[in-house]
Amino acid sequence: MANRVAIVGIGQTHHTYKRPDVNMPEMANEAVRAALTDAHLKMKDIEAVVTGNMETFEGLFLPDHWMAAETGAFGKPGFKIGTGGTTGASAVEEGFNFVASGLCDIALVVGFEKQDTGDTTAAITTCATPVWGKGMATGAIGEFAKQALTYMEKSGAKEEHAAMVRVKADRGACRNPYAHLKLGLSSIDEIIQSGYLVWPIRLLDFCPQSSGACALVLASESRAKKITKKPVWIADMVAVHQLPFRVGIFGDITGTEPYSQEIAAEKLYKRNGITKPIRDIDMAEIYEPSNWEEMSLYEHFHFCEKGGGWKMVEKGMTEIEGEFPVNPSGGVIATNPIGATPVIRIAEAALQVRGDAGEHQVTRDVKTAVATALGGSNWTVMTLLKRSL
Amino acid sequence: MAERVGIVAVAQTKYHPNRADAFEGELAYEVVRPVLEETGLGFSDDGSGIDCAVTCCQDMWDGKTISSTSVMPVVGAHLSNEDKVAEDGINALYCAVARILSGHHEVVLVVSHMKESQADKSMVENAALDPIFMRQLGFDFLTAAAMQAKRYMYKYGITPEQCAKVAVKNRGNGKRNPYAQEPMDITVDDVLGSKLLASPIRLLDAKPISDGACAMILAREKKAKKLTAKPIWVLGVANCYETHYLGERDLAECDALVSAARKAYSMAGISNPWKEIDVAEISEEYSYQELLWMEGLGFCGRGEAGRLIDSGATQMGGQLPVNPSGGMLAGIPNGVAGMACVAEAVLQLRGEAGDRQVPRAKIALAHGITGVCGQLQGVMVLGKR
Repeated sequence: MANRVAIVGIGQTHHTYKRPDVNMPEMANEAVRAALTDAHLKMKDIEAVVTGNMETFEGLFLPDHWMAAETGAFGKPGFKIGTGGTTGASAVEEGFNFVASGLCDIALVVGFEKQDTGDTTAAITTCATPVWGKGMATGAIGEFAKQALTYMEKSGAKEEHAAMVRVKADRGACRNPYAHLKLGLSSIDEIIQSGYLVWPIRLLDFCPQSSGACALVLASESRAKKITKKPVWIADMVAVHQLPFRVGIFGDITGTEPYSQEIAAEKLYKRNGITKPIRDIDMAEIYEPSNWEEMSLYEHFHFCEKGGGWKMVEKGMTEIEGEFPVNPSGGVIATNPIGATPVIRIAEAALQVRGDAGEHQVTRDVKTAVATALGGSNWTVMTLLKRSL
Repeated sequence: MAERVGIVAVAQTKYHPNRADAFEGELAYEVVRPVLEETGLGFSDDGSGIDCAVTCCQDMWDGKTISSTSVMPVVGAHLSNEDKVAEDGINALYCAVARILSGHHEVVLVVSHMKESQADKSMVENAALDPIFMRQLGFDFLTAAAMQAKRYMYKYGITPEQCAKVAVKNRGNGKRNPYAQEPMDITVDDVLGSKLLASPIRLLDAKPISDGACAMILAREKKAKKLTAKPIWVLGVANCYETHYLGERDLAECDALVSAARKAYSMAGISNPWKEIDVAEISEEYSYQELLWMEGLGFCGRGEAGRLIDSGATQMGGQLPVNPSGGMLAGIPNGVAGMACVAEAVLQLRGEAGDRQVPRAKIALAHGITGVCGQLQGVMVLGKR
């Protein structure tokens, strides 16, 4: 029987594009210190450190080594994880396994990205296969434009619905002290009038390049109960990986959608006795690089029936005050420091479970929350959090 | 450990200076296929197969972000769990052990690959150094290692001849290892007469550029016993980081290795490693490292490794043979090396090491390094029972 594992400390930096005032280790250290402060622990209490970062985005090799002192890994065991967009969640998964295994009692996970020092889109294009993919590689925007187009075709969603998702995200971001883009959008017209990046994705339909870090302290059951009165239990984590994008093969452009999300959701729900997600789960923090993706993800995660994603948006169901709030933090479309992004999803969902999300705390009482991550080759990682086990 | 983790299958490519004939996925295929065939396993979530993969590679070496995408179709975790560790392979094995001990997974496939021939080693390594103090000085891991070698030799009176003996021993051992890239019949004079790369490190003191891959399947105890008649058990495993800045370290010491070894020994119930370990595979990118790491592993006291190599105790037939495979000096790529050490340890314990078999080997040690001057140290103790 595995040890139970809880989140006992949460910390993040303010996220923004440029952080000329700090280098990468200093930035990661801000989140580490915040998480330690939140847990009332000192660096010496941490027994292992898992680092999540996509090193090519900053042109570094072994970034965890440079910042071993600042993350607290110096003198301790640890790992560096890199799985693309899911990196932060994969790192949390390693921390979760490490504590559950009994190899340590308290582990720290830190994810970060400092995109003002690199060129992320250039790095992402290196992922495409040299023979089939490089010629058409457009980084993340092209890929999500393709998926948006597919979603539009299949579901009947209109640009207005995507714009409504963007306004919802902005409302959350404006109430979240750490969010990057706080645009104060007043109507969907502002989004629909913003220029195209790759049709149908417009400038305001896509996530920014952010710099920031987020850290979590994980502890075994016996330690967690001593550290905090409000442990947030990691009830389960599921990772599902799907074969890489076949960028450049025509069948994909209007055809196959990724389906790792469905598989991950079905595994998670089955293992945890969840039969109606929006009833059994109280809120979600999902990884939506674009507003189009958010509507499609509602369907993939079975928050609604097929083709119902945009209808949930129309009814306002996923607003902060709605019956099933999604991304009250403003989500990825407001804040995307890639290696940190999935850690932020888990951190924000945990804050909601604790009731500590402040101005963006959702109306519904959150006893159970789900956080998701989406990455590189259609990787999906889902984390189920609970107030009590 | 409440329940043990067993290694049930291992495979390596023959290590080669330039596998221009194969891309990373093809290299991985050469090692994934044999471990699947040996165990008859495939991926499955119903408890009948592999339920998780851990890949291990370096984006900066592969020149590609999410470099594991190159090997994904071959690894075969489609619609199953997969993670990627970007350190030396021994750390990926450590992750796999944690995954199994956590109770979340039963059977884990670990695959590491590296094509050093594809990139400029010095440029990649320079990108691992802090950009303000060390990177600007043009350091790479070779020039940093040269400083470490000098400091170690100065502090403890280790001689160039003693370092050269490591190169002679390991490259000689490589002659009996079919996977070794550069087996050689050389003398101490050959090493000392070879081209100077960065004083005091000479060409034959350094590992060659190498391409290759390694795969392994690990399983929970009950499962491992069903999968093979010869499971090899992970008795202890740990890793530990040094600080990054060379100026903050006494390079003649290896505190992180001491700490990792202490943890691994304590898990394995080992109190006297020199007496209790029968065979050791140590990652030595440069010849002096085998001596320094032996001290860190507690095989002898501080500064005594020179006399240890002089005594012949670490040769084949000695009291504790070190690197019967030929080690990194006979040619194993970075990133794969720690896993290759574990693979050799498994073969030795299974009694399948052929001409280089250490008789009656029951306990083996494997060691892996990542980063500048061995900044991340990994240790695994393996046993037959």
